[in-house]
Amino acid sequence: MKGWLSLRLEKRLAVPRWLEYLTLALSLLLALAVIAVLFRALGVNPIVAYQRIFRGAFGSLYGLSETIVKAIPLMLVGVGLTIAFRARVYNIGAEGQLLVGAICATGLALACPNWPAWLLLPGMFVVGFVGGALWAMIPALLKARFRVDEVLSSLMMVYIASELVNYLVYGPWKGAKEMGFPYTDKFSPSAQLPRLLPTRIHYPTLILAVVSAVLAYLLIQRTKWGFEIRVTGENPEAARYAGMNYFTTVLLVMLLSGGLAGLAGVGEVAGIHYRLRYPQGVSPGYGFTAIIVAWLARLNPLAVILTALLLGGLLVGGDAIQVALGLPVATMYIFNGVILLFVLGGEVFTRYQIRLEWRRKT
Amino acid sequence: MSDQTGSDVAVAMHGIVKRFPGVLANDHVSFEARFGEVHALLGENGAGKTTLMNILYGIYRPDEGEIYIKGRRVTIRSPRDAIRLGIGMVHQQYRLVSTHTVVENVILGLPGNFFFPDRAARRKLEEFSEKYGLHVDPEARIWQLSSGEQQRVEIIKALYRGAEILILDEPTSMLTPGEIDELLGVIRRMAAEGHTVIFITHKLDEVFDISDRVTVLRQGKVVATLETARTDKPSLARLMVGREVLFRLEKRPASVGQTVLRVEGLHALNDRGLPAVRNVSFAIAAGEILGIAGVAGNGQRELVEALVGLRPSTQGRVFIKEQEVTHQPPRTLIERGVCYIPGERLIGLVPSLSVAENLILRNYCQAPFTQGAFLNYGAINEYADHLVAQYSVATPSLKTPVKLLSGGNIQRVILARETCRAPTLLVAAHPTSGLDVGATEYIRQLLLAQRDQGTAVLLVSEDLEEVLQLSDRIAVMFEGQIMGILPADQADLETIGLMMAGAKKMSVPEVV
Amino acid sequence: MWDFILLVLRAAIPAGTPLLFGTLGEVTAERSGVLNLGVEGMMIVGAVTAFGVTQSTGNIWLGVAAAALVGGILALVHAFASITLRVNQVVSGLALTMLGLGLSGLVGKRYIGMPPRTRFAPLAVPGLSDLPIIGPLFFRYDPLVYLAIALVPVLWFILYKTRWGITLRSVGESPATADALGVNVFRVRYLAVFFGGLMAGVGGAYLSVVYTTAWIEGMTAGAGWIVIALTIFAMWDPVRALLGAYLFGGVRVLQYRLQPLGISPNLLNMLPFIFTILVLLVSAGEAMRKRIGAPEALMQPYMREER
Repeated sequence: MKGWLSLRLEKRLAVPRWLEYLTLALSLLLALAVIAVLFRALGVNPIVAYQRIFRGAFGSLYGLSETIVKAIPLMLVGVGLTIAFRARVYNIGAEGQLLVGAICATGLALACPNWPAWLLLPGMFVVGFVGGALWAMIPALLKARFRVDEVLSSLMMVYIASELVNYLVYGPWKGAKEMGFPYTDKFSPSAQLPRLLPTRIHYPTLILAVVSAVLAYLLIQRTKWGFEIRVTGENPEAARYAGMNYFTTVLLVMLLSGGLAGLAGVGEVAGIHYRLRYPQGVSPGYGFTAIIVAWLARLNPLAVILTALLLGGLLVGGDAIQVALGLPVATMYIFNGVILLFVLGGEVFTRYQIRLEWRRKT
Repeated sequence: MSDQTGSDVAVAMHGIVKRFPGVLANDHVSFEARFGEVHALLGENGAGKTTLMNILYGIYRPDEGEIYIKGRRVTIRSPRDAIRLGIGMVHQQYRLVSTHTVVENVILGLPGNFFFPDRAARRKLEEFSEKYGLHVDPEARIWQLSSGEQQRVEIIKALYRGAEILILDEPTSMLTPGEIDELLGVIRRMAAEGHTVIFITHKLDEVFDISDRVTVLRQGKVVATLETARTDKPSLARLMVGREVLFRLEKRPASVGQTVLRVEGLHALNDRGLPAVRNVSFAIAAGEILGIAGVAGNGQRELVEALVGLRPSTQGRVFIKEQEVTHQPPRTLIERGVCYIPGERLIGLVPSLSVAENLILRNYCQAPFTQGAFLNYGAINEYADHLVAQYSVATPSLKTPVKLLSGGNIQRVILARETCRAPTLLVAAHPTSGLDVGATEYIRQLLLAQRDQGTAVLLVSEDLEEVLQLSDRIAVMFEGQIMGILPADQADLETIGLMMAGAKKMSVPEVV
Repeated sequence: MWDFILLVLRAAIPAGTPLLFGTLGEVTAERSGVLNLGVEGMMIVGAVTAFGVTQSTGNIWLGVAAAALVGGILALVHAFASITLRVNQVVSGLALTMLGLGLSGLVGKRYIGMPPRTRFAPLAVPGLSDLPIIGPLFFRYDPLVYLAIALVPVLWFILYKTRWGITLRSVGESPATADALGVNVFRVRYLAVFFGGLMAGVGGAYLSVVYTTAWIEGMTAGAGWIVIALTIFAMWDPVRALLGAYLFGGVRVLQYRLQPLGISPNLLNMLPFIFTILVLLVSAGEAMRKRIGAPEALMQPYMREER
């Protein structure tokens, strides 16, 4: 019996809804099972760990509030990414756009500390949006005008943004009262977002995030621009045939996804830290985690609200097992990675029919 | 069984049948080629020439029939089997790695020295260069080479793999006249060395320039195999296209109105940046159908794309209702009433969007479908409902993704969208290709109805019968030029066949 | 001044070595048409594996070998997802990075703050290492530096002068052509991605058992992303990868030296990424792409056309 087992994929035409949800659920379960095995192998009791994570994230009012706090930036960035990914524009530089949003808001907060809050806070959101959008414009223009691949260019822009933050907090914006920490000075009270006390939920940003999810949904499903985005993403040739302008569509989706990431950055500095800090201090990779958020939501902006809470919960759960089991925070990235891999793999089952064949050697 | 084949017969194919969904591509085809001969395989597009040769090269498996190589019965499962049997094929689209050097392309996939694998090959390349006149710099990168040089690399690749039987699929279609002469020289030398060259073509001149014998295929069947020296162009043209027209459509005489489309000296390039449309001029009036006949790849696609704004023209001017629209984007042309049924259905549709959304694909941004920024789904669905009923699109619902519909219904969606608004100019490219008889009939009636209501129709089709039946005037394109425009009632198959094969050109009358 | 330059050069080579390993691997993978954004993840898992194995066996070479193997295995996850299942290469690579960061954190917890059991003695090349200037600059490093340098011509030679190289490049440029000529596209891509993982693992190992001789959580600190940038910067060529790696390594070293002079280290750190974007821009044109640009089929899953 000479031969080999070969795996063949055949495109499926119709994908029933229930199958999509079923595979999503199965992928998640399978991912959790695999992580459990990994934990076991590395000497961590997976049942205990899962309990702690769940309790930490959702089991108390505090945990829940922290989950929401972490979900806010994920939601804003994730919503923006669904728009871009729908047009098949792979903006993976949201982390950088978020940081630039934070920089711009900080700039305004430090420059005009005496403006009243009703003027300063909206102003910060506006400059944050503009900053993030402009940062995204660079890869967008390179793509639309010179056909430079946006995956690589937007990724490079992340590290430039990150060094820019470092430059500012170690250099010209270094706070006088921060005892050598790479922070700017604390914002004046009028540049601090109100919170839902006693939690850290900066609710104006939360409202902004939820509203943007709804607006993005309407944009994609109900407006002519959304129609252009969907057609461009599905079939660029048909988009040309229909008289749509590729250039403006790419610019539009990058502008929106960059701008929304910028808003997330504003939320972090104005709602949580009240200052600009070193890059990892502003965002522990929200811009990258949001890619999972968008993908898990199947590029549906409304579903992003849920998936952002889920991934936010995982981040908080990570803190919980750090305290309870003494595991490093980075452990939670295992969840991100494995879940993403399984969801990606699961999609294959919905897009293709998978056939295992035994092939004889001829 | 080997008594069937004489000792000088290199290839013999008997009773080859190949079916594709809905098409009988080869219908009991028998074919023979001898050692040392150049054998032309002549026929229109879709006659089954390339299919037959793809079977010989192992790309397709025949449903029925037998193949003999040098008198021995063989089964060819893949190109690798074919190569082992000494068969080589040069496809119309070259299969070369464009950033590699010539010699790297030649040795790719072959066993041999691990280090410096190109050294042995280089000697062989020099040998070919001397023996056959296949001159090409072994160190040159493919992308730096002209089309003719790339073709030489493909031939060298086949020879390097020991090909004694070489199939060339429309080898002159991408070449300049000078390069064609060189190629013919190479072919002669190969035949003189005892190779068999099978030359697929639709051009009569080439058949007479190069071949010893010619086999004519029509609609999947062999019509004749002849000694080239004992035949002439008109009889070959008749054999190639001369079928009886099976049925005549009821057609009212055209009531021609004002000129709608006027094209003056248009030039355009193909995707490779080479001239594909060359100095094309014609006009179409309201209420008439101008058919463009020609073998695929003679610039029809580029001409159509230039007319609907999808391809920039490099020279010349286009007018619609006497207003210049040269270099206008598709959107402007849509607004001027230019509708377009594209040759490839996938360009005209977004497979995963719904039937309703696909029905407004080209006018989504006009009222009432868009109000302000928002799509008005009420109006869209109402409109779609109306069209689905009017054009009898069989769909479970308006929300069904079009990719779930059958081919005929998908085409109806496009037709409905492009014809329902009484277009000024309707450009239809291969509107019935791949459809069954019923759908074809429906579409032809629809095009006539469009004409009768005063639309100017430009019909491009490889199906000569279709062009003859529907058109009021017929233009024939060959190598990017219009060879002539004939009124349909004066068009005889022989003239058209000769023009399609580039053998005859007539002066083009300037005005309608 | 001369001493200063010498000092920087001498420091740049070890700083660039992990980048060089990673880049040689990524160049190979991308040449076959597979972008692997998981380099950061593979490197950091390599780092923790090398440290752990070295601690328990006392043998650095075993540690490095284990790191290579683990890096390769992780790469196979990406290979399976992107080659066999044809999922989006970008997202799959990101997932791999996250997985790697997580695993390294979990595994490495016990090694935090542990002093190294052993370290490499610098390998002074006899005779040459005593030469003035050139001696210390070129001939007094640990063995892995030499290994990395030695790999450059080997890889270059394989890529351009052997049958394997022709096959590898053709798969990245035009998989359909290669397939038609009997090349097994899938096997070539799997092997290339696996090799990429091996190299990333070694690069990570270099950080933990040679460069820093300690395990610190998140110690790759973006080195994997620099590798991605370097691969583009080097225009997918091993020799340019060597120059680029030492240049980028030099920039990392220089930042601490130039700070006292009032030159911002952070602005300096941006330069590699800005250069990379410029390279992307310059190589985007069709004519330039053919000479120095990305492999034509990069990021495109291959699927044989079904008849």
